[in-house]
Amino acid sequence: MQSETKAHVNQLTSPAGHPITVLRFEGDIASTSKDAVLGAYQALPKATVKTVLLDFSKVDYINSSGIALVIQMLIEAANSGQKVFAFGLSAHFTKVFTMVGITKYAGLFPTQADALAAL
Amino acid sequence: MKQVKSTSVEVRLPSRLGYEKVAMSTAAAVAKLMGFREDRVEDLKTAVAEACINAIEHGNLLNERLSVGVVLSAGKDALEVKVIDDGKGMKTMPPKPDMDRKMHGEEDPRGMGMFLIQALVDEAEWVAGGNGKSSYVRLVIRLDKEAE
Repeated sequence: MQSETKAHVNQLTSPAGHPITVLRFEGDIASTSKDAVLGAYQALPKATVKTVLLDFSKVDYINSSGIALVIQMLIEAANSGQKVFAFGLSAHFTKVFTMVGITKYAGLFPTQADALAAL
Repeated sequence: MKQVKSTSVEVRLPSRLGYEKVAMSTAAAVAKLMGFREDRVEDLKTAVAEACINAIEHGNLLNERLSVGVVLSAGKDALEVKVIDDGKGMKTMPPKPDMDRKMHGEEDPRGMGMFLIQALVDEAEWVAGGNGKSSYVRLVIRLDKEAE
């Protein structure tokens, strides 16, 4: 019933010359997404990946269990000295992420171009 | 005085995660027919989904032999949604989630459903069933006349 979560990894360089690892999600982000969300993040080499950018532009449905997975990722990233940012959330989920306080630990940008320009 | 009739729509869901999306889509369809703004429809969708997830997980304990009832009552100025399960209901409300405590490992990363429900609709109440089951959450979202 839930749309399977897919995750893809891209390596980009910001205009300022910083390497950015982009985790692109597709489908629903819910309790069944643990392997896709946390698994994809945990497979990144912590020694070299310092900035992670989450792409939610192809995600239609995120529930509280999915938000909890994002928070678990933020905890692991903070413990590893990584910075996490995100883009592509709908206006509604931008509001929800702001309400629960995620924006204090992960900067949100409307688009990938906005994010890269700021990083 | 002309009496305004309410229109009722009912859905029964299996207690299986993912099926909350059926209630979510139904609630969105009713809200759109009533003329709710798109941002309020999105608020309602998340609140209804979270209420159904709570009913499936905590009310019916994922027992697929039990179903979750969703009753949408469309009035003139508001939409009421009742999500009914076979659990005993809430004894105490969980505290408001604290992101700093979650980040420091002092609070479970989960546990935001009820907070989101309360934050996104105009009224939310949790009612324990008198016989130890048939508990429900009642949500109300009002049409915003000023924005119409």
